[in-house]
Amino acid sequence: MSVSTPRLQHIIASGAVAAVGAWVTYVSYTQQPSEAFLFPRLIATVFVVLAIWTFVKACLGWTKVGDGITSRQFLNLLPGLAVALIYIFWAAKGLGFYTATTIAFFILLSLYDPASNREPKTWAKRAIITGIFMAVMYGLFALLLKVYTPREIFF
Amino acid sequence: MEFLLYFGDVFTPINFGLLLIGTIGGLILGATPGLSPTMAVALLIPFTFQLEAAQGLILLGAAYTSTVAGGAVSAILLKIPGAPANIATTLDGHTMAQKGEGAKALQISFLASAVGGVFGVLLLIFLTPVLAKWALAFGPSHLFWLAILGVTVIGSLDSKSVVKGLLSGCIGLWLATIGFDDIMGAQRFIFHPSLGGGINIIAALIGLFAIPQVITMFAKGRANADAEVLEVQKHPISGAFSELGRNKRALGIGTMVGSIIGLIPGVGGQIAGLVAYDQSKKFSPDHDKFGTGHPEGVIAAESANNAMVGPSLVPLLTLSIPGSPTAAVLLGGLLIHGIFPGTDLFDNHPDVAWTFINSMLVGQILMCIFGLYVAGMAARVAQVPQSIMAAIVLGLAVFGSYSVQSSMGDVYVMASLGVMMYFLERFGFSAAPLVLGLILGPIAEANFIQGSMIANATDGLTPYFFGGTLNLFLIAVVVASILYSAWMELRTRRYTSKEEIIG
Repeated sequence: MSVSTPRLQHIIASGAVAAVGAWVTYVSYTQQPSEAFLFPRLIATVFVVLAIWTFVKACLGWTKVGDGITSRQFLNLLPGLAVALIYIFWAAKGLGFYTATTIAFFILLSLYDPASNREPKTWAKRAIITGIFMAVMYGLFALLLKVYTPREIFF
Repeated sequence: MEFLLYFGDVFTPINFGLLLIGTIGGLILGATPGLSPTMAVALLIPFTFQLEAAQGLILLGAAYTSTVAGGAVSAILLKIPGAPANIATTLDGHTMAQKGEGAKALQISFLASAVGGVFGVLLLIFLTPVLAKWALAFGPSHLFWLAILGVTVIGSLDSKSVVKGLLSGCIGLWLATIGFDDIMGAQRFIFHPSLGGGINIIAALIGLFAIPQVITMFAKGRANADAEVLEVQKHPISGAFSELGRNKRALGIGTMVGSIIGLIPGVGGQIAGLVAYDQSKKFSPDHDKFGTGHPEGVIAAESANNAMVGPSLVPLLTLSIPGSPTAAVLLGGLLIHGIFPGTDLFDNHPDVAWTFINSMLVGQILMCIFGLYVAGMAARVAQVPQSIMAAIVLGLAVFGSYSVQSSMGDVYVMASLGVMMYFLERFGFSAAPLVLGLILGPIAEANFIQGSMIANATDGLTPYFFGGTLNLFLIAVVVASILYSAWMELRTRRYTSKEEIIG
């Protein structure tokens, strides 16, 4: 029996939610002291029932809401998401907040800007926009709000 | 008339300056497609830490009011609603702009927004203290059911699927329990060191509302901003006032519908605009002109979506139940200043409460004045390419969530929740009930534990939580909201199926 892509996606998504629900329920009912898990038990019971219901509906192909993700959308978002995640989970701490933000901002602009990459003017425009954005962020957060950000290797 | 005592506080240089910044900034943000009012307010919260509570709320309230009104600019000039609340404005507003009446459409939309908005804030002023006094009679069991009601109402009414809406609410309630338990000090669900202190609400709000929008922009790829801004020709403002005077019926219907819908938790501006548009069309002798660039359509939709703003704060300020997702973000803004809505707010911080509410009244007038001048500029901002917008929002989200506690853990939580929410939204889950669960979870748990202790010392859990008129009334409302939404969902599906068959 073949399963269509959106239906498979719904099964995977609702399956993941149901797995989290099952884990939350297991932890709520097994961890001690039990008094600390009184309220989580209440939520977990409703959570797991609704999650299993959603999962069963997805398996039976009864899901009516949510379009899923097309392969085109997934391929479009993948590079941007990868840059964003590397920036947040590694570069911001590893390289320094402002350096990482500058690099990530410039890469994201270059990845998604519809202007031609062959024009030197386009690159200059992107560099100027990045510079202005970083100046505004530095002014707002470092000077105005006095937020001390991780400096690490660079700035 | 207590509010009059604090009216002067709105006009101190700092307060009035913040009101201006919030209003003008909100108009520009509102006009930008992809930046929802909720996201705009969430991104502004980190900037309120260093401000006093009233000042922070003035900034957030002004942004809330004017982002809703600013959304009309792109709806009229670009045919892209700046916010879901402006969908109905597009129907006649853009056609008017195509006919060379863009300036007239913008003028009547801002004037109608101001009329609706002022009426809505007056309702807020007169209803809130009465309800806040009434809330004094609430014990732990009632407060527990109220918190559950907040989650279920938004979960069922704000989502396309009742089950997924309620499930989102459960996920939010569970996320709220992560961290150390307040009474026993026990660790709960701490599966990563970043979660040791629990989930920071502000970081979560930024992640849940901003990151899905960023990823949505990524998913569009290297798309050109193909929206064409229509030219705005000059139109005398007196003509707009006359037009509004000629269409009092649409203005009245829009204002009343918006105010009533705003009072119902979870329904929101999108529904207010569409219902007001539909009702004005039904009662208008020129109903066949709707959709062809008829001013009545713009007036009804815009007066409704701004009339909704004030009343949507009534359940928030009295019972801690946000009437809309943006009101939920405002609740986060209150809580970070250690202020709890309800009688605490009006008894112990009347200056904060009334200065904030008064500022919303003044903000409506400022929004109208500046709206007319900022409209042209805002429409240009709406043409900013998505690539720039996505990178700016991502940068603001990272800096904003870090600045909350100078913690990288908050940034990780923000990003993880944001990415999770994007994928969940693609499968029919909704951010609003999840956020409500996260915000109301601690209130529900604290009252559940307190209620359990009282119940154990008295009649037992069942009579305490399920007995008494008020408990039964609240439980009935919870059940009724779920059943009503389930019935509406089934009805919509049946109609959709029939249309599909006919089509």
